[in-house]
Amino acid sequence: MREMTGKQIVRPYGDTTGDGMVQVSFTLPIGHDKRAEGAALQLARKMGIDPAMVVHAKQMGPHFTFFVVYGSVSHLVDVSAVQVLEREYPLLSAKEVNVAVKTRLRRKLVVLGACIGTDAHTVGIDAILNIKGFAGEKGLEYYRELKVVNLGAQVLVPELVARARAEKADAVLVSQVVTQRDAHLQNTREMSAAFRESYPAGRTPLLVVGGPRFDEHAARELGVDRIFGRGTTPREVASYLTHALTTKETR
Amino acid sequence: MTRARRGKKLDLDPATVRRARTLARRAGRPIVRIAQTHTTMSVERAVLRMAGVAGADADGIPWVNRLVDAVRADVGLERGVAMPVWDAMARGSHDDLTALAQRASSGSVTFRIPEGREADRARRAARRDAGRGIAAIDRRRVERERLIRRVGDAPRQPWIYLIVATGDIHEDIPQAQAAAREGADVIAVIRSTGQSLLDYVPEGATREGYAGTYATQENFRLMRAALDEVSRELGRYVRLTNYASGLCMPEIATLAGLERLDMMLNDSMYGILFRDINPIRTFVDQRFSRQVHARAGIIINTGEDNYLTTADAVDEAHTVTVSQLLNEYFAKEAGLADWQLGLGHAFEINPEVPDSFRLELAHAMLARELFPAAPLKWMPPTKHMTGDVFRGYLLDGFFNLVGAMTGQGILLVGMMTEAVVTPFLSDRDLALQNVRYVLSAAGNLHEDFHPQPGGFIQSRAHLVLDEAVALLERIAAEPGPAPLLAAIGDGTFGLMKRPADRGKGYDGVFRQADDYYNPVTELLEVGHHA
Repeated sequence: MREMTGKQIVRPYGDTTGDGMVQVSFTLPIGHDKRAEGAALQLARKMGIDPAMVVHAKQMGPHFTFFVVYGSVSHLVDVSAVQVLEREYPLLSAKEVNVAVKTRLRRKLVVLGACIGTDAHTVGIDAILNIKGFAGEKGLEYYRELKVVNLGAQVLVPELVARARAEKADAVLVSQVVTQRDAHLQNTREMSAAFRESYPAGRTPLLVVGGPRFDEHAARELGVDRIFGRGTTPREVASYLTHALTTKETR
Repeated sequence: MTRARRGKKLDLDPATVRRARTLARRAGRPIVRIAQTHTTMSVERAVLRMAGVAGADADGIPWVNRLVDAVRADVGLERGVAMPVWDAMARGSHDDLTALAQRASSGSVTFRIPEGREADRARRAARRDAGRGIAAIDRRRVERERLIRRVGDAPRQPWIYLIVATGDIHEDIPQAQAAAREGADVIAVIRSTGQSLLDYVPEGATREGYAGTYATQENFRLMRAALDEVSRELGRYVRLTNYASGLCMPEIATLAGLERLDMMLNDSMYGILFRDINPIRTFVDQRFSRQVHARAGIIINTGEDNYLTTADAVDEAHTVTVSQLLNEYFAKEAGLADWQLGLGHAFEINPEVPDSFRLELAHAMLARELFPAAPLKWMPPTKHMTGDVFRGYLLDGFFNLVGAMTGQGILLVGMMTEAVVTPFLSDRDLALQNVRYVLSAAGNLHEDFHPQPGGFIQSRAHLVLDEAVALLERIAAEPGPAPLLAAIGDGTFGLMKRPADRGKGYDGVFRQADDYYNPVTELLEVGHHA
């Protein structure tokens, strides 16, 4: 619990407060014998698991062994020192979003969505945009005051910029699932650079990217306004767009 | 256990089943007529590949692309490439077709449409060269059959289907061999994500791909040779799968036949709905590629799982059935036999839905009973797999159980790390343990399992079939000469509207002139009239 110093120290919880118990599994590229189990224990100790127990070891083919290890970690975690990106905008209902857009923007808010580059995984963008929605929340198409244009998969960046201009998009939502060789980061940088090049300074639409492997803190570095990670719901996105686009001082 | 007995379990109304097939045929027939009266860049390139044109220029653009582009520039493609190309061969002194392609791309060959005796001469030569390609495909088919006889076949059904996808063919090979040793009966090499929208087939062995490895003739050859080696070692023939989809589907089908691939992903509408490829381009390319697959003895895998990853697996269950019926019609029309129809379906119902397992079972049994002689392809959960790998492992166990209880032909092994990371070696090992446990513990459960007459499972299956018939009726009622095209155009399938005059690759579609000639289609259609 929180102490007077403001520090909040915790340890992993197995079945007793403070026992520090964790479970990990990994594979070592060696066949299974006593020495292999010793190697697994050595790794566990270096990870701070001490004492460690190899509870399962199974050879896979001639050259690999899979281990499951339980043990207590010596590390302490200071929860007060954890930095998270707190939501800087109020979470609105669909009705509140519609009212805010109608009264403050006095026209429909135009949202353009796409998967860019070679990424064909539209599941993320569809979850946010399609009426069907995600996690029990309806997608942005459901919001009366939002005009949603979903370009789907494998949209080229120049095409995205051209459509954003043609549709006079207020916000561009890009979903990136494929992360091989950091494709998601490269594509995002390419996209934000293209918008900066094509629009007068400060006039680019709100650039939003989402995907399971993004660091939510990296927005500035990637040249976008906001990053959404795993588990983001349509309502959070709609609330953010409303906040960012109907309250002038934030832009 | 015979297939016939299995067919009684759901007590489907034979009249409704007949009605469903009649409606699928009615929707499909106008599409076949469109496919018979159009050609595409990729079909024409496939003709050249069948006749032996190979290789690429210094920029990596295949000679077949260069040659088709040159013909198109001179005389258009409405009559096909065969007549102008073999006429040019007869008129010039070119060592072979590839040499002609090289000269044509530098602009030193002028194409024309031959007439009279010159036309006869060109037609004969085209038929001879295309026939050599088809004979090569026939030899590869015989070779497969002989190998299966000599080294043995997969020990049981379902065949265990595992994916490798490193992007580098030389990494894929040891991974595929390891997967085969661990128990895989089928190896699928996933393609690089961007490939379906490339309008050419890359050349040579490739080491760079995103989330998959490029499908090239050389990669096909290398992987098939590696699997032949491991097949002999293991005493069972390990099958190889790739993707005949996207803008180059006819060419990839041809290369698959020439390099003895065993199964190909090949769906009649996937490219339209999920890749925004032009509908007519897709249907024309589809028919050609399926004719090649039929000849090559390749089993196709259709892509119905995709419907369920973008829509609700309960509400939209009937769209899977509709797609299976359409895929069946198009496949048989193209000459594929029942044993070549790996019709797809998937375990994608939200596990939070009450009775989700019973619903899955009902849907899988419906597919099994509608297509009793087809080796159905059963696809694991993806949409409701989360970072909770432990729960995912349980879900995959239930998926395997449905597979075991419903006599699936091909079982794609589910990974608990789906949607998390590319599977670790240990994930694959655990996944195969899961499959083996379920098949060994419950593989014969279908003998004892008979759903209650009029009970939940039967009623659910009947409802899905009725909804499928209703959707097919709605398609049939669409306006115009090709109601299915109209249905695709107005968003009947999912939320995606795909008009027939839009989408990628439309500029590579041509209406056939009266004197269109395609020696490959001619030879493939001999003796086959659907």
